[in-house]
Amino acid sequence: MTRIFAWIALIFGCVYFLLPLIGMAEFSLKMRRGVYSFDAYRKVFEDPTFWATFGYSLTLAAATIVVGVLLVVPTAYWVRLRLPKARPYIEFITLLPLVIPAIVVVFGYIRMFNTSSILPLTGSAIGTDFLLTMGYTTLALPYMYRSVDTGLRTIDVATLTEAAQTLGAGWITIMARIILPNVMIAVLSGAFLTLAIVMGEFTMAALLNRPAFGPYMQLLGANRAYEPPALAVIAFAITWGCMGLMQLVTRLAKHERAKA
Amino acid sequence: MSYLNLSHLEKSFGQNHVVKDFDLAVEKGEFISLLGPSGCGKTTVLRMIAGFETPSSGSITIDGQDVTALKPNNRNIGMMFQAYALFPNLTVAENVGFGLKVKGVGRSERDARTKEILAMIGLPDLGGRYPFQLSGGQQQRVALARALAPRPRVLLLDEPLSALDAKVRVSLRNEIRSIQQELGITTIFVTHDQEEALSVSDRIVVMNGGKADQIGTPFEIYNRPATRFAAGFVGTLNVVPGQVVDPAAGLVAFGGQSLRIAAAVGQPTGANVSVALRPEALRLGREDAHEAVYSARVQSVQFMGSTIRIGVQIADQSLSMDAFNRSDRTPPKVGETIEVSVTGTNAILLD
Repeated sequence: MTRIFAWIALIFGCVYFLLPLIGMAEFSLKMRRGVYSFDAYRKVFEDPTFWATFGYSLTLAAATIVVGVLLVVPTAYWVRLRLPKARPYIEFITLLPLVIPAIVVVFGYIRMFNTSSILPLTGSAIGTDFLLTMGYTTLALPYMYRSVDTGLRTIDVATLTEAAQTLGAGWITIMARIILPNVMIAVLSGAFLTLAIVMGEFTMAALLNRPAFGPYMQLLGANRAYEPPALAVIAFAITWGCMGLMQLVTRLAKHERAKA
Repeated sequence: MSYLNLSHLEKSFGQNHVVKDFDLAVEKGEFISLLGPSGCGKTTVLRMIAGFETPSSGSITIDGQDVTALKPNNRNIGMMFQAYALFPNLTVAENVGFGLKVKGVGRSERDARTKEILAMIGLPDLGGRYPFQLSGGQQQRVALARALAPRPRVLLLDEPLSALDAKVRVSLRNEIRSIQQELGITTIFVTHDQEEALSVSDRIVVMNGGKADQIGTPFEIYNRPATRFAAGFVGTLNVVPGQVVDPAAGLVAFGGQSLRIAAAVGQPTGANVSVALRPEALRLGREDAHEAVYSARVQSVQFMGSTIRIGVQIADQSLSMDAFNRSDRTPPKVGETIEVSVTGTNAILLD
């Protein structure tokens, strides 16, 4: 009896999630009257703005990942090694971006760093890009911190550090040669999550008026019929591609270790 | 001046005074064990030598250099940990070569040294493996090789055998000792296992409550313990009450007979003393040159292979004694009355 209910629940869940996606994908193929075609996709790919915004967001995603790794890995490492008592507080802080809406954060930024402030970051394109990268880092913080912290849990941070120290290694060597390689998989999964977040982010990019992929999707959605669902399918493909890469990296790493 | 000097070391964690006025002078090439129960401060002393803890006061010198304020990575020491602590992302050869690489030693010299040291620990063919592909004993050998590769001034061993099973533990400790003697490297070994400490050390420091209770060779520590704690912690000990009857001759009465104990000379007549006897100091049967022969009741018999541990009762005191197993002699049975010989020469007088 319970088995039947389990199956019903599963089928209901699948229908609930998949039906809108199937509907959207199907609609995106209907640009040419009467037949299925990839016309909408071709239109999207032919649009230079698509490539420009996509490239912009990708660059910022890369920058965000670098900043995030440089910020989170040493922090999580230090908390584990020397400040275990601070862990609940750090965890709370890293969770804040989930509670505080992006719009609040970005209005805060604009107030703090506008052209009449001490640090007029919004006055130049590069300054605004920097601000946006920081904002993205904040948004990705909960995911990045959690995955790195979980990665650190699998190794004996304290003893490995001490072993490296007795062998003459300084902090930079320890971080680069011992800690980072051992949490690489966790860092990569954090990185792919960051990529997925940045590629779809709208609020911050729109309010800072930067040509990112999120605002482009919104713009297209407001003005066209068939291209937006095509774009949505592309966005989903990116996200799922990232998740697939995460799995692949995990597998490959194990494989690397096992074959040696 | 000795090679490694610890003078007046003190360490407190908040209110907790862990190491108290600890002094130790270690000669070059010596193998010293810090032996004591958990919480006696032995690991803290080791960690202060390594530089992971800063002494509250006192100083540490290695080869004439004051290293008290030096960071761990500048001390040129090697260390083995209980938890192996091999770097999981590096191969065995890379683990062993890590210290040399950090020092900036060139690749060819590094490879040669790695090969040499892997051969020394008996794992010449495992250089390409990862730590998770090795057994515990192999991992700990690699950890030893890694610690030795950069030719450290001092080798520190933090209970490196505790996580291993009994057989590997014995073979590895012998190996560590022979490599240590071959290289002539000054070594500090922390352990709570008295057998380990007795079997491999040049000298043992028995620690209790953050202080060095006694420092001496294994023979001295075992046969002439300076304190009641050292006597009780190292080996099994029978403690029985005695009474001084003739201070001039050092005669102490126990169970209606007198034992001649040199340490009792000069004590006041009638003084109550504690007489300690190792299990092997009690002999089965009547022996020559043993001044006291007791009739004892057998309470328990444990056959342990080469030896037999017999629990006996002498003058209302329960004692345990060890006898060698002899195939031509059946062990006594529980409830039997047997003769046990004792000489004061083998007795220890506790204060």
